[in-house]
Amino acid sequence: MSAREEILARVRAAVADAPDAPPATRDYRTTHTAPERIVELLAENLADYRALVHRTDEKGLPGLIASLLADRGSATVLAPPGVPPAWLAALGPGITRIEDNPDSTARELDLVDSVVTGCALAVAETGTLVLDGSPDQGRRRVTLVPDHHICVVRVADQVVGSVPQAMPRLDPTRPLTWISGPSATSDIELDRVEGVHGPRTLEVVLVEG
Amino acid sequence: MRAALFVTCVNDAVYPSTGIATVRLLERLGVEVDFPEAQSCCGQPQFNTGYRRETEPLVRRTTQAFEGYEYVVTPSGSCAAMVRRHYPEIGGADAAALASRTYELTEFLVDVVGVTDVGAYFPHVVTYHPSCHGLRMLGLGERPRKLLEAVRGLELRELPGAEECCGFGGTFAVKNSDVSAAMGQDKVRSAVSTGADVLCGADNSCLMHIGGILSREDAPMRALHLAEILASTEEEPWS
Amino acid sequence: MSGTYLGMPAFPVAAKAALGNETLRGNLRHATHTIRDKRAKAVAELDDWALLREAGKQIKDHTLRHLDRYLVQLEESVTAAGGVVHWAGDAAEANRIVAELVKATGETEVVKVKSMATQEIGLNEALEAEGISAYETDLAELIVQLGDDLPSHILVPAIHRNRGEIRDIFRDRMGAWGRAAPEDLSDVPADLAEAARLHLREKFLRAKVGISGANFMVAETGTLVVVESEGNGRMCLTLPETLISVVGIEKIVPSWQDLEVFLQTLPRSSTAERMNPYTSMWTGTTDGDGPSAFHLVLVDNGRTDTLADEVGRQALRCIRCSACLNVCPVYERAGGHAYGSVYPGPIGAILSPQLRGIGSEVDASLPYASSLCGACYEVCPVAIDIPEVLVHLRERIADRGGKGHRLEKAAIKASGWVFDHPKVLAAGERAASLTRKLHPSRVPGGAAWTDSRDLPELPAAPFRDWWKKNRGEKNRGEENRGEKNDQGGKNNRGEGTAT
Repeated sequence: MSAREEILARVRAAVADAPDAPPATRDYRTTHTAPERIVELLAENLADYRALVHRTDEKGLPGLIASLLADRGSATVLAPPGVPPAWLAALGPGITRIEDNPDSTARELDLVDSVVTGCALAVAETGTLVLDGSPDQGRRRVTLVPDHHICVVRVADQVVGSVPQAMPRLDPTRPLTWISGPSATSDIELDRVEGVHGPRTLEVVLVEG
Repeated sequence: MRAALFVTCVNDAVYPSTGIATVRLLERLGVEVDFPEAQSCCGQPQFNTGYRRETEPLVRRTTQAFEGYEYVVTPSGSCAAMVRRHYPEIGGADAAALASRTYELTEFLVDVVGVTDVGAYFPHVVTYHPSCHGLRMLGLGERPRKLLEAVRGLELRELPGAEECCGFGGTFAVKNSDVSAAMGQDKVRSAVSTGADVLCGADNSCLMHIGGILSREDAPMRALHLAEILASTEEEPWS
Repeated sequence: MSGTYLGMPAFPVAAKAALGNETLRGNLRHATHTIRDKRAKAVAELDDWALLREAGKQIKDHTLRHLDRYLVQLEESVTAAGGVVHWAGDAAEANRIVAELVKATGETEVVKVKSMATQEIGLNEALEAEGISAYETDLAELIVQLGDDLPSHILVPAIHRNRGEIRDIFRDRMGAWGRAAPEDLSDVPADLAEAARLHLREKFLRAKVGISGANFMVAETGTLVVVESEGNGRMCLTLPETLISVVGIEKIVPSWQDLEVFLQTLPRSSTAERMNPYTSMWTGTTDGDGPSAFHLVLVDNGRTDTLADEVGRQALRCIRCSACLNVCPVYERAGGHAYGSVYPGPIGAILSPQLRGIGSEVDASLPYASSLCGACYEVCPVAIDIPEVLVHLRERIADRGGKGHRLEKAAIKASGWVFDHPKVLAAGERAASLTRKLHPSRVPGGAAWTDSRDLPELPAAPFRDWWKKNRGEKNRGEENRGEKNDQGGKNNRGEGTAT
């Protein structure tokens, strides 16, 4: 008998006399947050876990992104192909936009200063951004290897209150990355320290209107 | 109101003063107390050590001993929890019926008799340790504290880390005596840090363990069962 | 990692050694108390916590009841998404499968995401024997690996180390494994994290094979989920060409929606965060993004035995949050190593003896490593009644007899007989009371109780004698019962020097 058949047979024997266990009842809340509080809560929770939060509108976005990159002193910024050209329309002369070459190695990516992406959605109660690999977010490595990530959230249609509200809007066939603040560790004396392997600086731009 | 006292084997043999205090307290509050002499041990030590079969006769005996009483009261959160939580699964319908009629002392006072001020007087500084089974299995909550707060002359001091186990744990105290003692020593350190002169609890097993460490360390504090504080009045001080 | 748990002494012996280590006790106390308070705050933010806990329990119970169906469904979903599913009955089989998969890539090193399952099966040692180096990339696992140490906590394997010790390990050992730590490395946590970042980055950037576990596997979609904080998980799951995930068969949830429960309860229970910094979810392979080959190794290794136990099977609900460790007063004092298993603390005390059986001395001692205080059950996000399982396992061990238990059983039987005969009991109590002055409060030679505690002084007479005298039938109705100041022979409960 193969290991597969053996394990399945052992499982069946183990639960043969077990009492019935119906599917779960879901009496828990679908959200803990009133709709009018959602955006404020998202901003608070992002900041609580040390993301830098900025707020602007469509018109102010290119200038804000340009100044964030300039303040950081970035020379190169990677933006996935689906990032609207307008977002990076105000870059100063010292900053080069580069494309994500599918053949580029992780080592080459490590030389990029900053990355700008959109997101699939944001969850207010947990201060979370979810990326799903859409053209404005790129493949997973581009938001991982560079040390500075600017993520743009469209407040009007991308912010949900809770995790239960997020689930039905996400497509599990896509690779998903949930990001809640910059990389952190609690491994030293169980105290939280920000900044290990992922981008140590996470900037979130909430675009309203 | 009539109630049967389930004194528990530890109180019977080692801490009769707690049983006596319980009787006097309940009688003072107008409760007629009976002591069915057929009672012995609830079976918890056997059960918790893994001797379920050996527990069964004790469950039967206890169930029979308290047959016919509307209320069974015990000055032990741990034994009350044994009856409440495990009797139904070990002893069937009769034992389950006993479980529903069994009250830990502070539950009985607050929920059934309906008092928090029992007219006690106890001029001491006291800190309260909530034993685990009363705290978590019975959910005694604020009941003991409310009773203590109403005692005249008594100053209640908060015990740091109150909800942490004292380390008794029945046979745990012997099978893992080093860890048990370390837990008890930490509990004693917290208790002494309050400056209280009495550490009060509602379970004499835990108090035997904590008190044994207090005594060994010559700590300026003694352990005392809650019933003995509540039994104490100006006219008849307990101690 | 060369350390193993083989030949560990029974819990009380190992715990005693740990108790003597003041640094260890200080480290554990600080860490567990820090996280304990934070967890309580994070949980209090959700007013439906009890309902989430109940839903989590029900989802897991339902899955376990129909595990055969969900395993087959998961296999189909993963396969349809481009993954390859392997089945391993035990540790040796799982290790063999993984080693062969790595060899087939031609690589001799792999990077690893922290995974309890791969620790449980001893994968690193098995790979080492095949000439393959496995690099742990979680900060705490790195500390353990570099220190030639054993993990002592599910979430924070190096919880027994403080910052100074970690600094020393990094300074002394990093160089032998790759990029060395700076000579002047401080013990500031941020500097230690930076040293780990630089040391590991070169490994991430060149790695061709990644090995992970998974927190959840969704049967309906074939999605695997890894919950982490540092980004080392994302590195291992994203950059290599081949990803091998080794996962226990109990990690399944039926539906995508089920994740909404655990993504709320797991982070708050483990690191006390609303959400952990990074959660990765992947379904098979995706063209142009991440590994082009994905293998899932499903591991039994004692789980089906555990599943067969009607009381003990609830341990398989465990989502490895480690909240029970952080609140456990026994764990706090004994430390994780005393449990002789990759699963320490309360959950380890019920999981290890079920996965491995109760044959070894350490496994037979674990169910007794608890005062049954119930704090673990209270915080468990899937409501595993750990005290109930501990008592159940004690029954199995007592039933089996063996060292120490035959005598204990005889004593229990004898005391049971006495308790069942109150007249004999009363006589015994009276005899003990009469001879009380002869009972020492300390027993020389070190009996377990009196090493650190005095025994109570026995009363002059048992309660039932007082009752008979003052409330017995013939005294009923007499108003002055003559017991005004008779407190039944008050006894010593640690009066100490109190007045």
